[in-house]
Amino acid sequence: MKPLTTEQIRAVIAKGKFRDNLFKAVGVFCLAFALLVIVALIADMLIKGSERFTLDFFLNFASRRATQAGILSAWVGSLLVMLVTALAAVPLGVAAGLYLEEYAKRNWITNIIEINITNLAAVPSIVYGLLALGIFVYQFGFGQSILSAGLTLALLILPIIIVATREAIRAIPAMIREGSMAVGATRWQTCRYHIIPYAMPGILTGVIIGLARAIGETAPIITIGALTFIAFLPPVPFSEIDGGATAGMFDWVMSPFTVMPIQIFNWTSRPDPAFEINAAAAGFVLMAMVLSMNAVAIYLRYKMRKNIKW
Amino acid sequence: MQIHDTPALKAEARNLNFYYSEKQALKSINMPIYDKKVTALIGPSGCGKSTYLRSFNRMHDLYPGNRYEGEIRFFPDNTNLLSPDVDPIEVRMRIGMVFQKPNPFPKTIFENVAYGLRVRGENNKRTLDDKVEHALKGAAIWDEVKDRLQDMAPNLSGGQQQRLCIARALATDPELLLFDEPTSALDPIATGAIEELVHELKKRVTILIVTHNMQQAARVSDYTAYMYLGEMIEFGKTDQIFIKPNDKRTEDYITGRMG
Repeated sequence: MKPLTTEQIRAVIAKGKFRDNLFKAVGVFCLAFALLVIVALIADMLIKGSERFTLDFFLNFASRRATQAGILSAWVGSLLVMLVTALAAVPLGVAAGLYLEEYAKRNWITNIIEINITNLAAVPSIVYGLLALGIFVYQFGFGQSILSAGLTLALLILPIIIVATREAIRAIPAMIREGSMAVGATRWQTCRYHIIPYAMPGILTGVIIGLARAIGETAPIITIGALTFIAFLPPVPFSEIDGGATAGMFDWVMSPFTVMPIQIFNWTSRPDPAFEINAAAAGFVLMAMVLSMNAVAIYLRYKMRKNIKW
Repeated sequence: MQIHDTPALKAEARNLNFYYSEKQALKSINMPIYDKKVTALIGPSGCGKSTYLRSFNRMHDLYPGNRYEGEIRFFPDNTNLLSPDVDPIEVRMRIGMVFQKPNPFPKTIFENVAYGLRVRGENNKRTLDDKVEHALKGAAIWDEVKDRLQDMAPNLSGGQQQRLCIARALATDPELLLFDEPTSALDPIATGAIEELVHELKKRVTILIVTHNMQQAARVSDYTAYMYLGEMIEFGKTDQIFIKPNDKRTEDYITGRMG
């Protein structure tokens, strides 16, 4: 083959550059489209719901009159359910991930477990609802409570946390592990002093992404029987309840509840169009909750990673 | 009766074989490690010197499928380090290791050195302070870090990191210190500092060092072993190995005709 002349070389480069720019344009367009959709969605809810953004909206219970209906029971319910979910899913998920990465021998049993965890992440959420209805609500007798909902969502996000934990652990170089073992540390000491702290930013990110998913879940919560109309809050620990008795520390977990997505669903299905405003406003609030959770995840990851390098 | 210029034994490999799953990496190695001396392991890449070194503190136990045969006797108590009855953690508590690439933990300088002590249950602040200082002095890095013990270790230079790793190993008073090509990631000045340190350290501890660099072996070691394809070809005093090797293969390697 003859060597290319300068003109030919330039022609080849020009052709390559054109493709470069073409792909850049397509990429920017796709990105802009995706961003536009989400911005439009949020803006739409914001504008539609704007007249409901008053303090009352956050402090009122649901009501038959749209203008007086608020999301108090819904956002309190969502927060409490998330609390139970996190308390149940984080220790289980982190321990499972840690075990699989640091302790389990590689054999066919762990392979099956791994495949199953991946599959669990793909199970439709309504199926978790059905499972929870049978086990938590009826078998364990937790009823249609915050506890049942929290545990259901914990099951739902368990695979997310396990996978995030494992990936965070795998990113730790082998030489750190060897350095720890070489001074005579046990596996657990290595996990406690090194693996868990260094994996924490990744684990935390996974946890919050999981919780952000859980907070928007509707189907499994409806399945286990969350209320759509509720005009009281779960009992505050040690507060006075009806009949002069004092609420116990954990009485709230057995309380009936509703959550944000159910409240929204309920309002959109009302015939009175005024409730659509409520739904839009609540949708915006839910969106804000999810986005701020993600923001917290990003911030924490940045902050914790600053000191971890090898 | 001991011949008077033969020092006491610290360890001895006896008919040591090692397998990564099916693949045999070490072939019936017999070799003495003398007390408070520096023994260098040289040989071309893949000859098994690191594999051999990592047998001493049972590092291979961390990964599945690895298998030892034979013995490494450890003195004065004549323990077989490779015996299934001997806990690898006990072995690692007695034998320190410094790795090829400096591997400080992403913690403070102080915590890096104190780690071995914490693992042994030591939490007394005074004791930790004393031992950390002593170890850092032993690793010739105290003057450079004494004012910033709470700084993060990974912010140190490569040479400082490696000396910190040596301090980490020294803090627990090991009887034998394993060096796995400790200077291969360092510049010549940092390398010089480490070599000087090795020379200093042999007063207190027995040293086994793997090196790619033959000048380094000649400079720092009292005894040298040449390994090739998983076999111990020749072991002897460093002077003898470098000046008048007995085996043709050793001579070829040392004179640069091979490897």
